[in-house]
Amino acid sequence: MAQDLVLEIAGLEKTFNPGRPNAVTAIAGLDLAVQPREFVSIIGPSGCGKSTLLRLVGGLIGPTAGDLSVNGRSAQEARLARDYGMVFQAAGLLDWRSAVRNVELPLELMGWSKSRRRARANEMLELVDLGGFAAHYPSELSGGMQQRVSIARALSFEPALLLMDEPFGALDEMTREYMQAELLKIWRETATTVIFVTHSIPEAVFLSSRVAVMSPRPARIAEEITIDLPERSPPVRDTEEFFRAVSLVRRTLRSVEGT
Amino acid sequence: MKALRGGAWLPPTVFGAGGLGLWELVLWLTDPDGFVLPRPSEIAVALGENISEVWMASRVTGFIILTGLAGGVVLGVAAALVVTRFRTANETLTPLAVAINAIPIIALAPLFNNWLGITSPRSNQAVVVLLVFFPVFINTARGLTEVDEEQIELMQSYAAGDWRIMRTVRIPNALPFFFTALRLVASLAVIAAIVVEYFGGRQDTLGNIITQNAQFTRYDVAWAAVVAGSIVGIALYFVGLLLERLVTGRYARASTAA
Repeated sequence: MAQDLVLEIAGLEKTFNPGRPNAVTAIAGLDLAVQPREFVSIIGPSGCGKSTLLRLVGGLIGPTAGDLSVNGRSAQEARLARDYGMVFQAAGLLDWRSAVRNVELPLELMGWSKSRRRARANEMLELVDLGGFAAHYPSELSGGMQQRVSIARALSFEPALLLMDEPFGALDEMTREYMQAELLKIWRETATTVIFVTHSIPEAVFLSSRVAVMSPRPARIAEEITIDLPERSPPVRDTEEFFRAVSLVRRTLRSVEGT
Repeated sequence: MKALRGGAWLPPTVFGAGGLGLWELVLWLTDPDGFVLPRPSEIAVALGENISEVWMASRVTGFIILTGLAGGVVLGVAAALVVTRFRTANETLTPLAVAINAIPIIALAPLFNNWLGITSPRSNQAVVVLLVFFPVFINTARGLTEVDEEQIELMQSYAAGDWRIMRTVRIPNALPFFFTALRLVASLAVIAAIVVEYFGGRQDTLGNIITQNAQFTRYDVAWAAVVAGSIVGIALYFVGLLLERLVTGRYARASTAA
């Protein structure tokens, strides 16, 4: 059973500056398991360590204690095996590369041939509806378009796990809702497992099959809520099921915050 | 690209020509004998009469400028790369570079003449190299380190190593910083090379033409050498600008358009 999990975390702890007066325990006793093809959102009070958790999963920082395995490997091994596609709040595109060359970047690092990676990058830009913008530079694209290039880049090499850290946090409400629908479409088409950090409750509810609610620092997963919506298309936002799920997540968040 | 387009030449040309005309007129009215300042027309005549001497001197001084510039740029970039890549190097090299910069380098010219030989180009080159080194080093190092943290994390998530990150992210990020420094040091190198020549050395240099003729009140000839130095400086500036356009290419145009 354990091998079937994409991500398995048990008793995870992360302390910054351990043993020093400014030591901060960001995460303690955190457990989480993610099945293949799941879309799990992580939500919690600001500063609770959501981004820290994502960086631990991504192998960018090491845990102080506990177990974390991605497809049965350590986070470091998984990172070196290029199991991750990461999307941050800032699109993080290289300004001096055109959109298509930005999408090609990970493929370049993986040693794909020029023609093969160009073909794949164009395909990925089509997927995020930017087929006509391949030759554009980031400065010529809107914020939402830049973020779509960033998603295309993260998905280009079919990573086992897509890690997203508030990817739509800097976008306006309309663009944000549009991007959420786009992301769901892409998720269905690519069969990717997604871990999505957000502080927006409706966003978490709309996107996720499961919402993991984090406690304040030192953080753990306080509650996991399975979201069961009849369909995942924009009209569902106005249904009673959606409102019920939103208010359930909100009440849970309030109770873990203790306010 | 805009600066190199036809229309952009017009305002500075008109302004420059107007300035020269005004200079000519005011001096013609106030100082017709040219004791204080020669008129542009007199400088032009002096330049014409001494053109072979000034041309030869420009070549000698130009050689010092170009070689000193090249040496300082290469050393500055190399030091910036080392400092960015290795933290211990940063902790030792950066204070050293700051200390070198605190020395009034041009004031060392007579000492360099003693060490490296007064007629040798080495002493002149050494001063130019030292002066050019620091702005190139500081700016390039800044461009290499002031990179978006998320871009570094992203590269790490693709299992990219440090040198790969250097090539793919840091160096392209540093290019605009480097070229800003290059334009700055191009004129600095001209100043340094000419001022060092004031302290003696070969006779056939721009600096020497200026000091010798100023001593014998042939100000128009001294000014002709100054004009030659300015032309070298302007030429270097535009070579730097052209290099920048060639290297950053389409990206630079895209970002100015936006």
